Amino acid sequence: MSLPAREPATAPTGGAARHEPAREPADPDRLRVAACGSDKLGAERGVAVLLPDGGQVAVFRTHDDVLYAVGNIDPFSGAAVMSRGIVGDRAGEPTVASPMLKQVFSLRTGRCLDEPEVGLSTYAVELRDGVVHVCTRPDEGTTT
Amino acid sequence: MRQLVVIGNGMVGHRLVEAVLSRDTDTPWQITVLGEEPRPAYDRVALSSYFDGSGEEELRLPDLAERPGVQVLLGESAAALDRGARTVTTSAGRILAYDELVLATGSSAFVPPVSGRDLPGCHVYRTIDDLEGITATAAAATGRGDTAGVVVGGGLLGLEAANALTLLGMQAHVVEMAPWLMPRQVDEGGGAVLGRLVDDTGVVCHTGAALAGIEPAPDGAGLRVLLGEEGPDRRIVDAGIVVFSVGVRPRDELARSAGLEIGPRGGAAIDAACRTSDPRIYAVGECASAEGTVYGLVAPGNAMAEVAADNLAGGDAAFTGGDTATKLKLLGVDVASFGDAQGATEGALEVVVNDAPGGTYAKLVVSDDATTLLGGVLVGDASAYAGLRPLVGRELPGDPLDLIAGDRGGSGGGVGVAALPDDAQVCSCNAVTKGAITTAIAEGETDIPALKACTKAGTSCGSCVPMLKNLLADSGIEQSSALCEHFEYSRAELVEIITATGVSTFSELIDRHGTGRGCDICKPAVASVLASLGGGHILDGEQAALQDTNDHFLANLQRNGTYSVVPRVPGGEITPDKLVVIGEVAREFGLYTKITGAQRIDLLGARVEQLPAVWARLVEAGFESGHAYGKALRTVKSCVGSTWCRYGVQDSVGMAIRLEMRYRGLRSPHKLKSAVSGCARECAEARSKDFGIIATDTGWNLYVGGNGGFTPRHAELLAADLDDETLVRYIDRYLMFYIRTADRLQRTSAWIEQLDGGLGHLRAVVVEDSLGIAAELEQDMQRHTAGYADEWRGVLEDPEKLERFVSFANAPDAPDPTIAFDIERDQPVPTGPVALGMPEPPAREPATAPSGGAARHEPAGTPV
Repeated sequence: MSLPAREPATAPTGGAARHEPAREPADPDRLRVAACGSDKLGAERGVAVLLPDGGQVAVFRTHDDVLYAVGNIDPFSGAAVMSRGIVGDRAGEPTVASPMLKQVFSLRTGRCLDEPEVGLSTYAVELRDGVVHVCTRPDEGTTT
Repeated sequence: MRQLVVIGNGMVGHRLVEAVLSRDTDTPWQITVLGEEPRPAYDRVALSSYFDGSGEEELRLPDLAERPGVQVLLGESAAALDRGARTVTTSAGRILAYDELVLATGSSAFVPPVSGRDLPGCHVYRTIDDLEGITATAAAATGRGDTAGVVVGGGLLGLEAANALTLLGMQAHVVEMAPWLMPRQVDEGGGAVLGRLVDDTGVVCHTGAALAGIEPAPDGAGLRVLLGEEGPDRRIVDAGIVVFSVGVRPRDELARSAGLEIGPRGGAAIDAACRTSDPRIYAVGECASAEGTVYGLVAPGNAMAEVAADNLAGGDAAFTGGDTATKLKLLGVDVASFGDAQGATEGALEVVVNDAPGGTYAKLVVSDDATTLLGGVLVGDASAYAGLRPLVGRELPGDPLDLIAGDRGGSGGGVGVAALPDDAQVCSCNAVTKGAITTAIAEGETDIPALKACTKAGTSCGSCVPMLKNLLADSGIEQSSALCEHFEYSRAELVEIITATGVSTFSELIDRHGTGRGCDICKPAVASVLASLGGGHILDGEQAALQDTNDHFLANLQRNGTYSVVPRVPGGEITPDKLVVIGEVAREFGLYTKITGAQRIDLLGARVEQLPAVWARLVEAGFESGHAYGKALRTVKSCVGSTWCRYGVQDSVGMAIRLEMRYRGLRSPHKLKSAVSGCARECAEARSKDFGIIATDTGWNLYVGGNGGFTPRHAELLAADLDDETLVRYIDRYLMFYIRTADRLQRTSAWIEQLDGGLGHLRAVVVEDSLGIAAELEQDMQRHTAGYADEWRGVLEDPEKLERFVSFANAPDAPDPTIAFDIERDQPVPTGPVALGMPEPPAREPATAPSGGAARHEPAGTPV
C-alpha cells in the first residue's frame, strides 16, 4: 500500500532532491519494462503494468495517439484502479477519471484537477518497435 | 410562574403550546397538556400515509414533553371543569389548577343514526386506533374473500378512506348522498369530472345515494350495506368493512357542562381573540365556533392557536376567519378549491374550462366586474393552484380565461410567476413563498437542486418546479441543460440528435455536435443512449472506451478494486441445482457471498482476471449477466403470489419473470428497479420501485416513479386493473419514454417530478397516447427485446474482448498485489481499513515497492 496518508514516514517530502540517489547511472534498459504490444492498448483506454518492484503503472493512449503513464493507485481510495478510468479531456488537458470516486487527473502532470493538492506520479513511456515501454521509476518533481 | 392547562393533544393543541413557548413573556408558563389518546401527538392530516407505509413514528409531531416547563399527560382526559375554583379534574382523578385554560378537544367523527351502525366491522376514520381497527378488519375480510369495502361519505375524508381501503387490497365503494363527490369543495361540473377520475381508479362511486342501513351478511361474517329506498331502486353492497366519514362534530361536552356559551352549530363560541364566554378560557380548532362557523380543517385551527397564544402573552391578535382552501391528491387525482369556490358572493361571475375528455375541470369565480379573483375549483390538474390561491381578493393579472386555459404550453400553471406577489405561496406543500425563493436566488442559489435544498420548495409534489425555473429565469439565471463541457445539449437532446442523424459512434457525435474528447460524464451517457437505441454488445469497437468501469468489466467495482458478480435470478425464483452452482463457484474462487436486497446472490471479491472464469462456470449452468453493474434494468423482485400465498390474487412470480426477461439489459438514464406484489399486502415492496406492479382481483395496478436510495419516494398509481398485455404495453411505453426524455442519471421519480404536467402528463402519454408516439415507443422496446444477448457470453465467445480481462498487460495472470483479504464471519472481506477520505498532500507514490503495508499483502488469490 503506497498511500502517503497512511505512511507519512515513507512519503517523499523534500521534492526532487530526495530522488537523486535513486537515479544513479545504470543501463537505461534496466529502468524500463515492456508493457504490451501497441495493439493491446486501445485508443482512450488504459492498461495496468506491473513493475519489477511490485509497483504499478497505468498506461493510456489518447485519441491523438499520445501515450501517458501515471501511478495506478488511486490516492483517494488506495485501490489500484486508475488504469480502468475513463480517458477524456478537460479544457483540452488530457485526463483520466478515477473509476472509484470519479476524481479527474491530468494525464500530463498527474495532478488531480478536482483536488489540486493531490496527484499521481507520472512515468516516462514510449513506443519501441511496436511495444509500449514504461520507465520503472517515476518522473522527478512532476507532482507536488 | 403561571399555570396553563391545555385540554387536547391533537395538532392544534400541539401548535398552541409551540406558539406559547415561542413567545417571550416576563412570567414563564407552567404548561400541562391533557391527551386523551395514549400516544404522543401526531399529524392527523397525514393519517392516510399510515397506509402508504409510514408508521406511527413518521407521523409523530415533535415531543413537547421534552421542552422545559411542559408536562404532557397521555391517556388522561378532562373529566370536569370547575370555572369558579379554576381547576380541571382529570380522568385519573388528578386536579389541575389553572390561571388560563385552552380547550383544544377537536372533534369526533359523526356517525349517522342508521340501523346496524354499531355492528362489528363498522369503523370511523379519525385516529391511529381507528386505522389499526380498519387494518385488522380489512385483513380478516380479505382473508375470507370479502374484498369489498364501503365508505359512507364522499367528501375529502371519505375519499381518503377509500384510498386507504384500496391500499389494503379492497375494492372501495364510496356512498355519497349529494349528487357528486366532495360537494362542499367542488361544484357540479367539477364533481362530474372528479367522479369520472375516481371511477377510473377503480373506486366505485354511488352518488345521490342514501344509506338506508347495515345488516349482518347471511354468512354471519360480512356486512350488507343497503342503499336507497326500499323497492326496485334499492342497491345492496356486500362488504367486509364499512367506514363512516360523513363529517365531524365538535367535542364541546366539557364546554357545555361548564356552562360556556355554545355556537349555533355546536362548539364553544369564541371571540376574535379566541376567548370563550369565560375570559380565562380559550378554545381553538375544531371544538371552537368562530362567528357561528366550526372549521373542520387544520389551517384555521393553526391560525386560532397562534391568535390565542398571542393573546395569552398579552398581545391583541385577532382571528378573522380561516383559509378553507384545500388541495389534495388522492388515488392519483388532483383536486383543489379555494376562496369562494361556490360563487356565493353577490354578483360573482364564473369562468369555466371543462375538458371532460381530458379529465380536467377548472373554474374561477371573479367579481361582478371581472377584475378581482374570488375563488376557484380545479379538478384533474391542480398545477395552477399555487399561483391562483394567493391571488384571491386581489386584482387579476390578466384575462381569467387565460389563467386557466393558458396552461397548455407547460408554463407551469396559468399564472405567470412574475405576476405573483411576494407573499404568494409558490410551493403549497411546504408553504414556501415567492419572496423566500427570490431571496434565496438573490443570496446565490442558482439552480433547482440548490433552491430545493435551501427552501424545501419543490421537494414534495414537485408541481412548482416549473415555477422555480421561471423564477430563476426571471432573475436572469439561465439554467444550462448542457451535459458537460463537451456537449451543450441535454441527454434528451442527444437522444433526439442521435435518432434523427443516425450517428452511431461517440467520435462522430463529438466531432459534429460537441467539442474536445469527452469525459467520464458524457462518455457513459452517450454509451447508454447508443446501447438503448440498439447498439450491439456494449464492448464492441469504440463503444468499449466509453464505458465506465462497471460496464467495461460487466461487473460492479468494489472499494478494493475487485468486482462483484451477480447472475440474473428472474423474479427471485431459482432451482436448487443453480443454487448449488453459485455456491460451488463462490467456494472455488474464494468469493464473499451475500443475498442482495433484490433477491439475488452477490459474489464479491473477484479480481479482473478471474471474471471470465467465474462467468464461464455460471453461463454453463444457465445463468446470464444480472446487469448489477450498469445503468440498466437490475431486477424485478416478487413475492410468492397466488402460487403459494394464502392471500395472493395473481401470479406475481410469473409476471415478475416475464417482465425481467423482457427488460433485461435495457440501458437507461439510471438503474431501474421493479417489483411485483401478488396482493395489496405488498410483500415485494413494489411501491419503492421505478415501476411497481400490485395485483388486484381483476388484474394489475401499475405504479411508477418510486425509489429507495438517497431520496426515497413512493411510486404513484399510473393505471389500474390492467390485463397482462396492457400492463406490458404500458410499461414498454413508460420505460422508453423515460429513456428518451430523462436527464443523465435522473431517476424516474425526479423525471416525473420534472415533467411539465407531472404524473398527469405521463398518464396521458402512456395511457391515452396523447403525443401519438406510443406505437413508436413500443417498437423501440420490441427492437431491444429482439436484440438482447447475454453480455457475459458475448465476452466469453470473443477472444479479443477476453483479452481485456487481465490484471496487468505485462503479467496477465498476476494477481494485483494490493488486494488482500481478512476473514470476517467466516468469509473474505477487503483488508481494512481502506482509506476513503482525503489523503494528505503530497500524494506522491514512493518510487519503491509498497513497504509499510507489505506485511498485510499476502499473495492474493488464496483469500480463504
